[in-house]
Amino acid sequence: MKTVQIDKKKQDREIVSRVERCARKAACDTDRQGALLALLHEVQNEFGYIPRAAMDVVSEKLSLPTAHIYGMATFYNYFSLKPKAKYKVYVCKGTACYVSGGARIIERLKTELGVAEGDLTSDGLFSMHITRCLGCCGLSPVMQVNDEVYVRMVPERVPGILAKYRTLG
Amino acid sequence: MTKNVTLTIDSIKVSVPAGATIMEAADSVNVRVPRLCYHSRLSSFGACRICVVEVAGMKNYPPACSTQVKDGMVVMTSSPAILKARRQILELMLNNHNRDCTVCRKNNECELQSLAAQFGLKDIVFEGERKQYPVDRSSAAIVRDSEKCILCNKCVRVCSEIQGVHALTMAHRGFKANVVPAYEMPMADSVCINCGQCVNVCPTGALSEKDAIEDVWRAIQDPGKIVLAQVAPAVRIAIGEGFGSEPGTDLTSETVTALKMLGFDVVFDTQFSADLTIVEEGNEFVHRLKNKGVLPMITSCSPGWIKFCESFYPAMLPHISTCKSPQQMMGAMIKTYYAKKTGIDPASMYSVSIMPCTAKKYEAHRPEMNASGYRDVDAVLTTRELVRMIKEKGLTLHNLPKTAFDSPMGESSGAAPIFGATGGVMEAALRTAYEVITGTELTAIDFKQVRGLSHIKEAVIPIAGTDVRVCVINTLSNVHKVFRDVLSGKKTYHFIEVMTCPGGCLGGGGQPYPQGGREPLDQAVYAKRAAGLYRIDDGKPVRKSHNNPDIIKAYEDFLGKPLGKVPHMLLHTHYHQKLPHGVVPKRAGAANIFK
Repeated sequence: MKTVQIDKKKQDREIVSRVERCARKAACDTDRQGALLALLHEVQNEFGYIPRAAMDVVSEKLSLPTAHIYGMATFYNYFSLKPKAKYKVYVCKGTACYVSGGARIIERLKTELGVAEGDLTSDGLFSMHITRCLGCCGLSPVMQVNDEVYVRMVPERVPGILAKYRTLG
Repeated sequence: MTKNVTLTIDSIKVSVPAGATIMEAADSVNVRVPRLCYHSRLSSFGACRICVVEVAGMKNYPPACSTQVKDGMVVMTSSPAILKARRQILELMLNNHNRDCTVCRKNNECELQSLAAQFGLKDIVFEGERKQYPVDRSSAAIVRDSEKCILCNKCVRVCSEIQGVHALTMAHRGFKANVVPAYEMPMADSVCINCGQCVNVCPTGALSEKDAIEDVWRAIQDPGKIVLAQVAPAVRIAIGEGFGSEPGTDLTSETVTALKMLGFDVVFDTQFSADLTIVEEGNEFVHRLKNKGVLPMITSCSPGWIKFCESFYPAMLPHISTCKSPQQMMGAMIKTYYAKKTGIDPASMYSVSIMPCTAKKYEAHRPEMNASGYRDVDAVLTTRELVRMIKEKGLTLHNLPKTAFDSPMGESSGAAPIFGATGGVMEAALRTAYEVITGTELTAIDFKQVRGLSHIKEAVIPIAGTDVRVCVINTLSNVHKVFRDVLSGKKTYHFIEVMTCPGGCLGGGGQPYPQGGREPLDQAVYAKRAAGLYRIDDGKPVRKSHNNPDIIKAYEDFLGKPLGKVPHMLLHTHYHQKLPHGVVPKRAGAANIFK
């Protein structure tokens, strides 16, 4: 129990110093109210998402209520409150991909990764998302991992593709 | 001087200061534009659109609440086109609304329901996806049901702008928009202080008090239970509003009758324990003054304020009087003093308090409130809940005969009723403290300087050569203002009274909803309720707490001396820092939680 607490404190200290770095970038000291949006942008870029502990630090830094910060952080699509995965797997559910079996790819990904749409695997490596038309309907169904596109997908190819990224780590 | 602007509203010529809104202009000539998200004392939000009006020369229908008047403007508030637009807005709202009206706490008192009736809606035209959320019943005081929320944002604004608590926010957007505490945590874990002002302004049943009616009925029907009640000062002058009486009508004795008819075995007066509080608190103040104790001393009767202080100003906790609130003092006295006097086993007692307040529910739940060895107070009913119980029983309050409170905790002095009004605790304490300090009789007992609905009142009272500087605050956002000066040393006081709600307890979060077209937070209603309390004070033969014969007897028979051993055990407590999630750590005055 004790070691966990120490680690937590270390983690908190790290978050504080990272948010403070963000605050310097966002030039918070001049206009604290107006700085909130800019600071949240920096936090999003720094962490890849907005951790709750970071919102606490932002609240302290700008003397703004956490409720207010939470309201703003959830309003804008740009901000995410969940950590983003290293490899974001997108499956197209546009009309063409849908009729040519996109849903089966999604089902296979769900069983392989053990997560629901939009969620992150426990190791933080993958997240699974459904997306609109990716613009290559002739090659449907389409799956994309970060910037790499996989075309004419069949469920059987899913494990192999995931394994490739797992070895990359 | 601001320039005046002249416009026409429904063919009436109106002249209002430049910068006013169409809504304000219409209100000034009694043209009632329907409203849901608008409140005259809150910032303009423009969310509900029900106040749209037609303005000659304008293509769209602007909302009256957030459109400024212009010279020569011609406004029509109820043209056929506008009525149609409003109907459609209502239809859209109702589509995404839990329409279980008949079993809703707000049935017949709901602004959305009455607008639907006013506009004669017959059908649910748009049937689409409806938002689904679990009801948050985690709080001891407030229930939040997002499915009934119309996103008017009034709760968010009253919590931040009026109370300075900032417990709620509008999170997410579009269809997923929802009013929640920070991080969507349960209300119980949030920074909410349970004051219930959000409940007072909520136009629908999205926010309501946590109902204790069923628990109380069950106890009444239990033959093994002796059920006792206590009635707070601010209840008696407001409860009549639930039956059509004017605010401020004194229905003390009728309320006692009603409680007896509902099946309560014994009915005591919280005003007795208000006097008890004053004897203890007055003596505590004198003790602090004479022995260079921590000053300013700050009152402790208002449980919303206590949680606010524990969360936001923990460094100020030593300033808080150690006296429990009258509710908790009465609770402790019932299960000790009364139990001893009558030989009734306190384990078989079920103690219910009737309060104008939702935070009292939280206070009664506090773990430290068990001085008697049992829960000092078992259930708390708000004024509104008692109105419902009386109606359920088929009684009409103002037609009932009069009954006196039970002995030995039924008598009260004139210093007790005014506890329900801002400045009242201060005035009551001064009446007693003056005589304790000087040992002479105080003849001019009306401290008018501390009366009235202003949010911050200051006075200097000379007592035995000392100029006692006092400050009276109501409505919590004003605490931030006063404490800024106190903490910086700019202002020094000996004694500060804080009441959580606007106007004090009389404007509490458990009082009847406004009747007869009045809106929540109405100053005129508060003024009438306050006048009712001061009339009760004026009519009392004894007007100082320490002269109340029941109080004198309680000290002789049971309590001993003020601040003595028994009072210390039963009537005093200490509060501790709370750091609920969502409190700004630095502002909380705590050691930085990240270090």
